[in-house]
Amino acid sequence: MVLSHNIAHNIPFLSIFLAIFGGIVTPLINDGQKSRRLHMFLTAVIGLLSLLLLFHVNFNQERFTFVMGHFPSPWGNELKAGPMEAVLSVTFSIVMLLAVGGGKDLIEKDILYEKQSLYYVMLNLLFGSMLALIYTNDIFTGYVFIEINTICSCGVIMCKESGKSMLATIRYIIMSILGSGLILFSIATLYIVTGHLLFTHLKMSIMRLINSGTYDFPLVITAGMFTLGIAVKSALFPFHTMLPGAYETTSVSSSGILSGLVIKSYIIFLIKVYYCVFTLEYLRDIKVTNLIFFMGACGMILGSVMALKERRVLRMLAYSSVAQIGYIYMGIGLGTNIGVTAAMLHIVTHAVTKPMLFICTGRMKDISLEKTANHRLKGIGYKDITAGVGFVVGALSIVGIPLFAGFASKLYLAIASFYSPFKMAVALIMLAISMVLNAMYFIPPVVDIWHTLSDSDANSKIVPKFIPSFNVAVILFIAINFFVGICYNSIFGIFELGIMLIR
Amino acid sequence: MTYNSSDNHESKWEKFFKWVNGEQALDSVWEKELKSKILGKRQKRHKSIEDVIDKINAQSKKIYIFFSIIITVTYIGILLYTAVLLPEHGNELNPTNNEVSQRYVENGVNDTGAVNAVSAMILEYRAFDTFGETVALFASIICVAILLKKDRSNLCPQEEREYIEDEKILNADGNGILKFTSRLIFPIVILYGVYVILNGHISPGGGFSGGAIIGAGLILYSAAYGDKNLKHIVNYNSFSKVVCGCLLVYFFSKGYSFFTGGNHIKSIIPKGTPGNILSGGLILPLNICVGAVVACTIYGFYSYFTKGDI
Repeated sequence: MVLSHNIAHNIPFLSIFLAIFGGIVTPLINDGQKSRRLHMFLTAVIGLLSLLLLFHVNFNQERFTFVMGHFPSPWGNELKAGPMEAVLSVTFSIVMLLAVGGGKDLIEKDILYEKQSLYYVMLNLLFGSMLALIYTNDIFTGYVFIEINTICSCGVIMCKESGKSMLATIRYIIMSILGSGLILFSIATLYIVTGHLLFTHLKMSIMRLINSGTYDFPLVITAGMFTLGIAVKSALFPFHTMLPGAYETTSVSSSGILSGLVIKSYIIFLIKVYYCVFTLEYLRDIKVTNLIFFMGACGMILGSVMALKERRVLRMLAYSSVAQIGYIYMGIGLGTNIGVTAAMLHIVTHAVTKPMLFICTGRMKDISLEKTANHRLKGIGYKDITAGVGFVVGALSIVGIPLFAGFASKLYLAIASFYSPFKMAVALIMLAISMVLNAMYFIPPVVDIWHTLSDSDANSKIVPKFIPSFNVAVILFIAINFFVGICYNSIFGIFELGIMLIR
Repeated sequence: MTYNSSDNHESKWEKFFKWVNGEQALDSVWEKELKSKILGKRQKRHKSIEDVIDKINAQSKKIYIFFSIIITVTYIGILLYTAVLLPEHGNELNPTNNEVSQRYVENGVNDTGAVNAVSAMILEYRAFDTFGETVALFASIICVAILLKKDRSNLCPQEEREYIEDEKILNADGNGILKFTSRLIFPIVILYGVYVILNGHISPGGGFSGGAIIGAGLILYSAAYGDKNLKHIVNYNSFSKVVCGCLLVYFFSKGYSFFTGGNHIKSIIPKGTPGNILSGGLILPLNICVGAVVACTIYGFYSYFTKGDI
């Protein structure tokens, strides 16, 4: 028995299967703490494997196919991995690990003991499905894992079992089903006109159809509906209404994972479909890119405006996510390779920033003794320095201050806009306005957190319990933020290579 | 808050200056509200504001309904027009009649050893998708368990009372027709479900359909005789063991198949003689696993929705 393949080629398959394995065995464990340990162990192993894969594909500059079974395309299922997929999977593993590790005490508080193991089942399956969305080379496999993603997201949101979280889940599920319906319709139409489901053959068939001019209208509708479906799923403005309630009511680790990773996994799948099925040139021709550019630009501004009006910090962070999703779509909407690459970089920078903001906010809300909601975070930075500093670093990163992660992607988004002359002015103006708005909505909570406390303030009596895991997670998040903010050139380089190989 | 007393006398510029310095950012908005609460002015203002909001809401509701109708009608129109442009159903020149379906139909028996092409397709050619579907079922039953499993936070005295009353009614000698019929049908239903699962690779059927039949049988029995008789066979413990065990068998057998396939290693699993019960490679055990998962899931849904437990 000789492995004719490179061992590293098994990593995508192993990663997905390890995460799902965690999901399957966790109900048998039936103990919250052990389930968490298993989840974190598996995530760490997947992270290390993905790191190996990253070194391998980056060194060899390759993108390879892994046949899931004995039947290659167009008959069986396939996975495909290259530098882009590897970076994303490394990022997702690290963020998942830190978000769960940092918020574990809050998870224990928020979720009943007997249901904690079920919560970790959801997290494992969520992680597995996100990895499958990153690696898949089959549009229907993508749909199946989008469904698992949706079901698990809802499970994760309602784990807190409060009335509010139930309402948030209902809203989330309605919007998600709308998105799934659109995606499924477009996949069905695509199959009817091409007879294929795997990316490689789909692309060839579509090229033939475009050149011959047959099924022109159904193809346009398919591309548009697929884009809209993913836009609904990833909460692009104006389909963002499910986010604030969901992020406010669930445990902060879940909010971090949902906003940092889950909605990004849909966008990654969209980008893969754009490159591997429709091609960017075709989407530019049928003006789909203009549509998402417009929606993204609106989302950037209006998401920030809504965040500015919001007084509850968790909801503000949710609206901030709407704005950041707008940035990503604006990057894709530029319709150039560099625009998509910049959007990918923004996915990474936002993924490493938002979960940190969520777990810091959760921690600060948790230790606060102030009863009035408006002043809950007053002066709390002095009581838990790590949480306060973490929040400030996150805020600076979202605003886009140099040295922090957010700066890198915004810089590249601005640079990318130069390559699309017709959209340049709009993109630059929107970036500028949105950055100012970002700063405006982050100033009030930051000022509140670092407000000098007097003896009359309830928060001055806080004696916080030191939680090592939280501190380690936030410090690592801050370190990663600086790492991405300083070494952004190399990450951008890997994405460029990935996009070049995917074309 | 020293600046609150002079709040009303500040010029806009001063307010802006303080806001930029971060001194007044939060307080300016929130303190005002608190103050108005204390002074009781808020309620007065509230009423007039509420009237205005009601008016606006009524108007925006009309606009909302109008636009939703327009959007839905447009959407239906676009979908219908797209459907008209799609290839005619059953035409032999359709794009779907290509090398993919040709191989599924013509080489299915040789490739997989299964006579039923549908089973061959979902459990061999595109087994990863089916694995995903089974995991989706598993995820949904876990979700239902999170939502409905009785615990401290969702116990309701009224529901408890209703449940006890239901049990009493069931234990009374009523429901004769239901009990008699279900005693008659139950074994046949289960047997038929097992038949559909075991013959999934030879004749139409398979794990999903057979599992649904068995699940329905369990629901019928539980509805007629109450869950007490079923409790020592079907409880949370056995339920989770069966579901997770079957998924693990699926996981490892298909994992082996994917690993060997991906690395171009020949699989050692024999395909058997097509048409025999022991044929089709992994399809028969996989059908059994899928069947068990589906049966448990369907009964689990029923059980959680009626009693909040298995």
